[in-house]
Amino acid sequence: MKFLVCISQTPDTTARVAFTPDGKAYDGTGVTFIMNPYDEWYALVRACELREALGGTVVALNVGPAANETTIRKALAIGADEAVRIDAEPTSSAFTARQIAEYARSENFDLIFLGKETIDYNGAEVGAMVAEYLDLPYIAFASKLDLEGNRAVVERDIEGGVEVVEVDLPFVVSAAKGMAEQRIPNMRGIMMARTKPLKVVPPVPVEEPVQVVKFTLPPPKAGVKLVNPEDMDELVRLLHEEAKVI
Amino acid sequence: MVLVYAESPRGQFKKAAFEAVTFGKKLADQMGCPCAAVVLGPVQGDPGELGRYGASRVLQVSDDALQTLDSQSYTQVLAEVARQVGAEVVVMSHTSTGKTLAGRVAVRLKAGLVSGVSGVSEVSGDGRLVVRKSVFSGKATAEYAIISPIKVLSLMGNAIRPEVEGQAVPVEALSVAVPAPRVRVREVRTVEGRVPLPEAEVVVSAGRGMKDPSNWGIVEELADVLGATTACSRPVADSHWRPHHEHVGQTGIAIRPNLYIAIGISGAIQHLAGVNNSKVIVVINKDPEAPFFKAADYGVVGDLFEVVPRLTESIRKFKAAQ
Ligand SMILES: Cc1cc2nc3c(=O)[nH]c(=O)nc-3n(C[C@H](O)[C@H](O)[C@H](O)COP(=O)(O)OP(=O)(O)OC[C@H]3O[C@@H](n4cnc5c(N)ncnc54)[C@H](O)[C@@H]3O)c2cc1C
Repeated sequence: MKFLVCISQTPDTTARVAFTPDGKAYDGTGVTFIMNPYDEWYALVRACELREALGGTVVALNVGPAANETTIRKALAIGADEAVRIDAEPTSSAFTARQIAEYARSENFDLIFLGKETIDYNGAEVGAMVAEYLDLPYIAFASKLDLEGNRAVVERDIEGGVEVVEVDLPFVVSAAKGMAEQRIPNMRGIMMARTKPLKVVPPVPVEEPVQVVKFTLPPPKAGVKLVNPEDMDELVRLLHEEAKVI
Repeated sequence: MVLVYAESPRGQFKKAAFEAVTFGKKLADQMGCPCAAVVLGPVQGDPGELGRYGASRVLQVSDDALQTLDSQSYTQVLAEVARQVGAEVVVMSHTSTGKTLAGRVAVRLKAGLVSGVSGVSEVSGDGRLVVRKSVFSGKATAEYAIISPIKVLSLMGNAIRPEVEGQAVPVEALSVAVPAPRVRVREVRTVEGRVPLPEAEVVVSAGRGMKDPSNWGIVEELADVLGATTACSRPVADSHWRPHHEHVGQTGIAIRPNLYIAIGISGAIQHLAGVNNSKVIVVINKDPEAPFFKAADYGVVGDLFEVVPRLTESIRKFKAAQ
């Protein structure tokens, strides 16, 4: 089995959010970057588990500049066998999806994993786009994935429940909480990651149909109005008359 | 033409579909064009009712094969309908269905996509459309201009209220070839009773301050009197005190209800990331220094085991008097 796991790099979950003075780009100065949690905790770990059970290869792919190689090495330390970096700034989901698809087209992966969304731009767009470029089925938000021969049984999160679906390999899947348990890379993994192959591939040109106009930070909250804990009638009155939410 | 895909998961329209049509109609008015809604698969009730939310045409492809959400067959059909009606903008909902389809449909139509849109900033004569969305888990807003001739948007839940302004219209049956789905549904398991979290207007959420899963009765009771959905913080779900689907935050579900009541939750940045788009936040915490108070509109500093039953009683009195 050949598994592809698409990993992205995002600001750490506690990072402050700031933008360049023209408001056109995220300002990552001084920010720690991490592997997008959905990609790391669920997609990558499940791919590694399946490889351990069935044999095969896990390829971790990142679209990003050379600075992302720390994150890519972490994916190798967790268990990916080899890595590919497509050497370009991932400027949009359209751009990123096209790069992933161009690489995957000739590689005949049995299963392509992504995280359900990135925690920065929260798009949840790339998986469906990759699937369309490759003309493969797509299952979004999978919280469980098992293989029965050439067929997968997948539970996908829907509003208020799960839908259990069957689909034949190959296909594209986005991973949500539940698919696997987070793995902390051990010393041996970290050592081995240094020698695993990391291939750098040039990007293909993409026309961008969407442009950033500007980013803005929300206005600060007016401040909390404290209500006497003995007087919940007052809170109810405020919620009804002032906030008009009940 | 603005074409709205009015989703009907398992044959039923939900609020998301009415929100999308209302949004599509307002956008169409700004663009000076009509708004059509398309329905895929058989549905319960009369799809013509979508006319009441502003669709001047309602189209339906009622092929039984569309009972299964297979992104390839759906994309094929949506793209064909978009071509037939000459859609300039295709609107969907940012739901599990919409997220399965939007990227795919955008690629098929060679369209620019912005997902999770909360509003339109500008419709310009030269075919540019500027929309807004929340990014960085609610910590910032982005405006994007879509410049491709065809545009695809998915609308964030609760970003707009469904508005009834028109009349039901006759349904036009379209015959479009539907490819056989490659995905087969084995089973659907839904949690009965409460409104699913992403759709909920009122959410009562509790954290580690509850001390023990057996204490959740007071949270359930408060949710019951409010008609609210229950949620929880990550450690609560991780320790299996509550089911995973209740986990809200950066690594759980992001929600934007009208009212979010946080009980015994400290308000860590990763928790706030999933809830800070709520319209009104009430925090109940015994620690006046809890970071959540900084993000709250109303705060109650006190012991939740006393405050929550008291609040439930006050709401019960208020509801009885209504
Ligand atoms: C990468 C990453 C992702 C994360 N993602 C998420 C996420 O998606 N969602 C999430 O929620 N967390 C997430 N976390 C965890 C987050 O950082 C916090 O640890 C977590 O939100 C804390 O949960 P809590 O508020 O329930 O518990 P605590 O922080 O323990 O807070 C309990 C609160 O209850 C109060 N309390 C205790 N007893 C009472 C009482 N009797 N009456 C009133 N108040 C009382 C205390 O004062 C305290 O403020 C993430 C962390 C990381 C590192």
